[in-house]
Order: sequence, then structure tokens, then C-alpha cells
Amino acid sequence: MSLAFTPNEMMTIAAARALRNEDVCFVGIGAPSAACNLARMTHAPDITLIYESGTIATKPNVLPLSIGDGELCDTALTTVPVPEMFRYWLQGGRITVGFLGGAQIDRFANLNTTVVGDYHKPKVRLPGGGGAPEIATNCREIFIIMAMGKRAFIDTLPFITSMGHGVTGRERRALGVKSLGPTRLITDLCLFEPDPETKEMTVVSIHPGVTREQILENCGWTPAFAAEAIETRAPDAIELEVLRDIQARTKAAHGG
Amino acid sequence: MAKFLDLATAVAEMVHDGDVLALEGFTHLIPFAAGHEIIRQKRRNLTLIRMTPDLIYDQMIGMGCASKLVFSWGGNPGVGSTHRIRDAVENQWPQPLALEEHSHAAMANAYEAGAANLPFAMLRGYIGVDLPKVNPQIRKIACPYTGEELATVPAIRPDVGIVHALRADREGNVLLEGITGCQKEVVLASRRTIVTVEEIVDDLRAPSPNSVILPSWTIGAVVAVPGGAHPSYAHGYYKRDNSFYIAWDKISRERESFLAWMEENVMRKGPEAFAAHAGKRAAS
Repeated sequence: MSLAFTPNEMMTIAAARALRNEDVCFVGIGAPSAACNLARMTHAPDITLIYESGTIATKPNVLPLSIGDGELCDTALTTVPVPEMFRYWLQGGRITVGFLGGAQIDRFANLNTTVVGDYHKPKVRLPGGGGAPEIATNCREIFIIMAMGKRAFIDTLPFITSMGHGVTGRERRALGVKSLGPTRLITDLCLFEPDPETKEMTVVSIHPGVTREQILENCGWTPAFAAEAIETRAPDAIELEVLRDIQARTKAAHGG
Repeated sequence: MAKFLDLATAVAEMVHDGDVLALEGFTHLIPFAAGHEIIRQKRRNLTLIRMTPDLIYDQMIGMGCASKLVFSWGGNPGVGSTHRIRDAVENQWPQPLALEEHSHAAMANAYEAGAANLPFAMLRGYIGVDLPKVNPQIRKIACPYTGEELATVPAIRPDVGIVHALRADREGNVLLEGITGCQKEVVLASRRTIVTVEEIVDDLRAPSPNSVILPSWTIGAVVAVPGGAHPSYAHGYYKRDNSFYIAWDKISRERESFLAWMEENVMRKGPEAFAAHAGKRAAS
């Protein structure tokens, strides 16, 4: 029997599956946080979740609205000052996975969360980089979670807030960056991984019920499909139940 | 030694038009009451520094206090845009706002450099990104030992640093707990400092010999403002008012509704209004 699920649930569950029990994960707020805590509450109970507010090995029972909700500190193994977090833990090379979201992405998984339009005369002023510019290069690898759409998946970014594989796919090596960069891009329609040679993000798995046409329609460039692209495994009952429970608890807790 | 002042006097004495200010607090312990007092006293042409200019800077910028913002992430966390900051940047309302934009890592390092009395901070950062193209303050240095190229930013040395802490003792020593952000660095980097606290007590009841304590002689003024971090929170006293952050999106979206809210809740009120949000202290 197949279960009903939304594209957003499929995205979050697929993102959670990408995490391993032994990972030390630097968690972005929003969709990354939902995926990371779902992983912790299902197959990866020992995963170490770190938020940039300084909370290390935090185990929130509800999803935080902000990066520094009290729940994160109350349930953490320890909480360190923000300068220490960025210096010793992130720059110190202690993080295996940086989990990011973004407003816009290109085919080499560079991210823009700064501006749409000219920087000095922006059409839309976005929040800015926060921790992302250094997360992108100081973690062993980067996972990105973003819903697809032509305003989000665009051919040429107006601004590079954090580097994926660079504008040609070769910049990481050229700049002497040793970390892997974005190894997975999890969307509501499919999963991308970088081509081993060109580093262009390539569709490797298509979510159940999604067509290639839908992916093309929601992408600002013509994405490559891996020859061996498979169908993503549908969410199982436990994954859906745990995710819906967290989201219900979160909604009740935030009173929004 | 820190002076014990009321909030209006502390702001009147220490915050002047044109000053460089840092109000810090990383989600936790954000000095809202102090920000509101600065708005009420109509300070102008401030340079406002803050890693995460969220609601308090949205309010100060929307009320015309600032001509420049130094920051690394500007938004309503988990909710969306800070509409007043966007209006200032996109439409110059109520006045133009110059931006100096960094990453979190750079700003955290820059506060630390300020506290350490160094001229600049150094980090392995800003690699392959566009921010250095639009912020000439971001530069590079070669490691004298390995030749590795590293990013630099100037140290942050505010005229005035303002933070909210949990409590002070009668001598003006101050305790922070929980998410302490870069508050210690801000206080030690600033020329003048105001620390608002939930309460003033006989004994700080520091939970550990390694607790975060700022000695009285590092602080200019200590001001008791119970509830003064609302709608952010004070560890062990009261929780973050997430529903207010969600409500602010609607209040701040239009200029009229924003101005009406500020008139009603800031201009016509004083710091004592925050007491309604104060919680009981954690341990007694």
C-alpha cells in the first residue's frame, strides 16, 4: 500500500536519509533543521547537531523558529560562545556536513541569499550570508535542501553568497579549498549530485510520481540526468509519522 | 566601577548622535528595552553594528535612528524579511541606509579582535564569494609562515556596546548564561557600555567557577530592566516569544501599521512596560 505524502514531506525525508549516525552536522535554520532532527529521531539517533548560536549536540523536541531558541540550549551537551563556534568548531575542521538552504542556486550549487538585482540598487534585499560563506568551505561536505522553481533554480546568479563548485565547476581546486563542497542537493522533485568530472549538479533520483518534464519546467537551466537515474524510495509510515509529529509539536509550541 | 542608572539617564549620558553602536545578543538576551529608549530619545545618524539585525534594528532603522548598518544576516529569524530594513535599503525610507556587510564568522572574529585590542581579525573565509567585491573592508593577508592567503576584516571598536544580561550583584558584576553569543567580546571591545539586567541581587549565584561574568569595572552602566529582552528571551527567566516574531511580519510590512505600533508601544511607554514579560528567576 502506498501512503499519501506532499512534495515537501518527500524532500525533508529524502534529506534526512542523507545523514549518517556518525555525522557532526552544522544545521541551517528552516528546512535543514527539520531534516536533521528527523534524521536524529529516526535512523541517526547519535548524530551530533550543531547550530551556529553555539549549541553542540542539541536534541530539540520541537523545531526551533530561530537559530538560537532556548530549546536548543536547554537540550545541548554544551553551549559555546559564537566566536568560538566559528573559530574552533567550524574553521577548526570538526564538522562533517554543513546543511544549507538558500534563496537561489545555480547548476554548480553556488548559493545566493544576498540580493536580487544590483547589489547597490537591489530589486530585493535578501537576509545575507550569515554563517553560510564559511560553512560552505570549512565543512567536509555540504548538503543543500531547496524546493525547485524557476525563480530559485537559475542559470546565472546575481550574487554568489556562498561557493558551491564555483562559476565553472573548477574554482574549489583553483582556490586551494580541500573540502568536497555540495555533494547532495535535495529538492521537492528529485535529488541531484555533482557529476564527478564537471561538478555540474545532475539528477540522480526522481521522486515517485514526478516526471522529467516537471523537473525541466521548474529549473532555470536544462539539468543533466544521470544515465542510471532511479526513482526515490517513497516515504515509509514511520518517517511520515515522526515528521508530522515534530511539525505538529512545533506549530503548537510557537503559537503561530 | 559600573554606575547604577535608570535607562533614560544611561542612554542620555552614553549614546550620542553619530555614535557607532553595537547592540548584541544572538537570538537570546537582545537588549530591546535599551533600543526602545534610544528610539524615544530620537538619536540620529547612528552606525548600528549587529551580527543579526532582527526586530530591534528593524524598529530603530524604521524610526530613523541610523544612517549605516554593519551586519552579517538581516532578517526575522524563521519568519522572513525585516521589512523596515528592506524599505530603507530598497526605497531609502525613512532615510538612506549605507550597508557594510560581512559574514557571521568575520563579525565574530572582528568583535574578538576588538576585545583583544588588535587592529584586525583574520579568518579562513570569504573564499570564492562576491562579498569582498562590494565590501572594500574585506582584505587579504599572506600567512608569514606558510604563505596561505587568509581574509581580514578590521576590528570592531564601538563607541557604545549595549547588551542584556541575566543579573547583576550590588557591586555591578554581571552574569550571563545560555547562548552568550558575542556579548562578552562586545562589552570588552566598546569604549562605553550599558548592560541591562533582569534583576539586581545580593549574590550572583554563579552556577560554576567558569560562568560568564563581566566584572563591574568593565561596565559603564548597569540598569535593571526586568523583561528587557522581550520578545527575545532570558535563559531561566522567560521564553522567546515566537508568536510576537510571527506577528511582527504583519505589523512591520506597511509603514502606517509600523508607525502606529511604535507610537503605541514604544513612544508612549517606558522601560517599566517590559516588566509584564519578566519571568521568575530560575533559582533562588
